[in-house]
Amino acid sequence: MKISIASGKGGTGKTTIATAFAQVLSRAKYSVSLLDCDVEAPNSHIFIKPELNQFEDVNIWIPSVNAELCNGCGRCAEVCQYHAIVVVGGQTLVFPEMCHGCGSCTLECPEKAITEIPNKIGQLEGGLSSEGIKFGHGILDIGEPMAVPVIRTLKKWQGLNEEEIVIIDSPPGTSCPVVESLRGTDYTILVTEPTPFGLHDLRQAYGVTRELGIPAGVIINRDGIGDSGVEQYCKEEGLDILMRIPIERKIGQGIARGKTLLEINPEYEIPFQQLYLKIKDALPGVDQI
Amino acid sequence: MKQLVILSGKGGTGKTSVAASFAHLLSQQNTPFKTVISDADVDAANLELVLSPSSVSREEFWGGSIAEIAPEDCTACGICAEVCRFDAVNIKEGIYSIDPIACEGCAACVYQCPEKAIQMKEEMAGEWYQSDSKYGPLFHAMLFPAQENSGKLVTIVKQQARLLALDEAYDLVLVDGPPGIGCPVISAVSGADLALIVAEPTASGVHDMHRVLKTTAHFGVQALVCINKADIYPQGTNEIEEFCQQEGIRVVGKIPYDTAVPESIVLGKPVTEYQKESAASVSIRWVWEEVMKVLQEMEK
Repeated sequence: MKISIASGKGGTGKTTIATAFAQVLSRAKYSVSLLDCDVEAPNSHIFIKPELNQFEDVNIWIPSVNAELCNGCGRCAEVCQYHAIVVVGGQTLVFPEMCHGCGSCTLECPEKAITEIPNKIGQLEGGLSSEGIKFGHGILDIGEPMAVPVIRTLKKWQGLNEEEIVIIDSPPGTSCPVVESLRGTDYTILVTEPTPFGLHDLRQAYGVTRELGIPAGVIINRDGIGDSGVEQYCKEEGLDILMRIPIERKIGQGIARGKTLLEINPEYEIPFQQLYLKIKDALPGVDQI
Repeated sequence: MKQLVILSGKGGTGKTSVAASFAHLLSQQNTPFKTVISDADVDAANLELVLSPSSVSREEFWGGSIAEIAPEDCTACGICAEVCRFDAVNIKEGIYSIDPIACEGCAACVYQCPEKAIQMKEEMAGEWYQSDSKYGPLFHAMLFPAQENSGKLVTIVKQQARLLALDEAYDLVLVDGPPGIGCPVISAVSGADLALIVAEPTASGVHDMHRVLKTTAHFGVQALVCINKADIYPQGTNEIEEFCQQEGIRVVGKIPYDTAVPESIVLGKPVTEYQKESAASVSIRWVWEEVMKVLQEMEK
């Protein structure tokens, strides 16, 4: 079963939920993997503390033009949808950070002057936590715009996505990196806080899961901080509220120190077990393995 | 004219609360900078919830194109699936179709299809708005859920804010940035004169602050740091201060955790307007004064 954890707004507690959930399931002897797909700002490892011993570069295959074969016809620039290759004064120039690595220019070049070379945009790191959680995350290189290829490669890496239970910690937002993280998961937990910001962004995030056809439920974090807008919205939309975590200074301080919710307060074990059962009940057709 | 962008790396550190307060402080009499405001977080655009603007105009955002197969022309030769590197070609019972969510719009299949059965179709991916608020003109946008090209939409929002600023002799464009360090952040940083990083003294917040500071340095944009919820975890606050000192980055203020902030969000007001004397308001004003000094220094 693949469970993704998402939110429109940042800082609502996705990683807090993902890491505690993975811990509880792992303690219950499920084989669990946790994939931190927030490759721009990955933080799960801070809490899970895996022993990172597997590493791999993420490359995009970008064009390399053989100047001897190129006659400057400009067909490559014509077919490139991303303006990543241009012909100026008879010379063909490549802008690696614009390139999506689609290979269209290579295929279309009439002179067969283009080959492809790897361009590193990030890396993957993986390893086991002391509790036996199989962990992997992606790290986007500084200055690189495209998170999606890093997420895509992470999700195919070393069978991490094939464990009995796969937890996916998504980046915030509602655009392509979120879509890539949520794709193929069976259920999405939408984490929000009960404020007008939280509500606005929950609406957007729920729009994503609906677009993808993934069933979803809500966790209200920092319950008590704001108003009842989120609650009302969930009622109107028929969205399940799966769990509430109250606003507590002790939790905030523990998270600040890099402790998981479960380490801060062991009593959260039962609510997380209940969370798993609720999701399982909501997905009668989904195989556990 | 100057451009100030507010960033954080980690989400939810308080960018929008700081930006809204800045917008409020900049709209007062004797303001050092007549300001155009823009919300560059097009995935989760929250600034309008605090500035309560009234819409002046609404424009469509056509993000990009995706491929579409005309079934009557398709001979199911399979070349599109072979050339697609994004797993966007679905084959069901011998019928080929494009998954619009997976398609990155590269058009490789369009050029390779021997039957010319595939065409690119433009997609409306969102909307952008020009609004008026009592704090000044606001440019903001909404990317439709699950769409691509948020960086392009950020660029449009900023361009429009800049154009108005140039046309009507404004002094500053204030940009409320998105979380992260990828494409929309790069669009938000581009052209900025100064970045204010709203850091959070948590293990995650410190980690992500390092990454966003590397990003601003990569693009040659000067950065200042303020520490939000600074009293939640003093050890983290010390860590940030020490790191910034080592790196030669100025910490321009510390904002304590203050329930006035969530209250002001619920009421839809900048906290500096809601409770001028609250601890958060005073310290945000302090940060603001420091940032203004740096901007004024740049003007010279």
